[in-house]
Amino acid sequence: MQLKKRSRETAEVPQAGMADIAFLLLIFFLVVTTIDVDTGIGMQLPPPPDPDQEPPPIRERNLMNILVNAQGFILINEERASLPEVKQLVMDFVDNQNRAQDPNLAESPRQAIVSIKTDRQTPYEIYIDMLDEVIGAYRQLRDEASMREFGIQYRQYSARVSREDNVIREMYPQNISLAEPDPGS
Amino acid sequence: MSKFQKKQAGTKQQVPTAAMPDIIFMLLIFFMVVTVLREVELQVRVDFTRADNIEKIEQKRLVSYIYIGPEILGGGQFGDTRVQIDDALVDDIFAIRRMMYDKLMEEPRLIVSLRVDQKSEMGIVSDVQQELREAGTLRINYSTLRGAQAPM
Repeated sequence: MQLKKRSRETAEVPQAGMADIAFLLLIFFLVVTTIDVDTGIGMQLPPPPDPDQEPPPIRERNLMNILVNAQGFILINEERASLPEVKQLVMDFVDNQNRAQDPNLAESPRQAIVSIKTDRQTPYEIYIDMLDEVIGAYRQLRDEASMREFGIQYRQYSARVSREDNVIREMYPQNISLAEPDPGS
Repeated sequence: MSKFQKKQAGTKQQVPTAAMPDIIFMLLIFFMVVTVLREVELQVRVDFTRADNIEKIEQKRLVSYIYIGPEILGGGQFGDTRVQIDDALVDDIFAIRRMMYDKLMEEPRLIVSLRVDQKSEMGIVSDVQQELREAGTLRINYSTLRGAQAPM
């Protein structure tokens, strides 16, 4: 009778150490985990240039040339501009149809192209700051249009509809062209 | 009075610990899922710039990183600006084309995250961009942190 009782006891797996093992693994994963979310400015590069094909003609008024030179100065259509001005200038240019209707600025937001050019010595930091302003201008235009049409922020709107049905996106496409820097200088 | 005292004595003072392993396991599984083991050893210094109008990359599996920054020489010294892909520094910039093309074949929806040191110059960045264009990996992302812009 005693022997039978003992054999039943040894059949059990001890459970007390399990929590310790789990703790050990937990601490390991806690240490190695890096919860860093990848954030950044998303861009689409143009496809490689085709030597046989001429670039499509673009009317000059539809093109905004932004040059960031080696000293970090921003030139918009050959005129000096400071960084905080960039956003307003881009918005005026892209949304000209609904604003000033200046004959020298873009015909419609869909035809507007913002061309960004840099020198080889341009500091990367200033380039990103400038790009941030341009993206910010487009974001504000989209937000305004979204509030006008649907009464919600663009971010909420774009989460609800698919990419194809996104009319705001179609209204203000981000036509940003990254030009190659001058080989010289 | 005695009745009240007896009742209090009858309640257990201990916190039940039977469910603790379950809770620990739950946490463990959470961390196992979110963990991305660091697979690259950085050989270049990358201090991110800051920007406000940024977006999150939701699908981390699609991302491939290119690091651009001054080479770490050890002892707090930094060398010339170099390009690092995966674990190796790239000597020939035209080799990027081939490498990225191979990656694109494996993952057609590839996003290339450019992690560039803020003190870099645009020359090398645009060289890499030209290579990416040739490779056909057109979706890129300039990695930045959220926050106010650094004073100029």
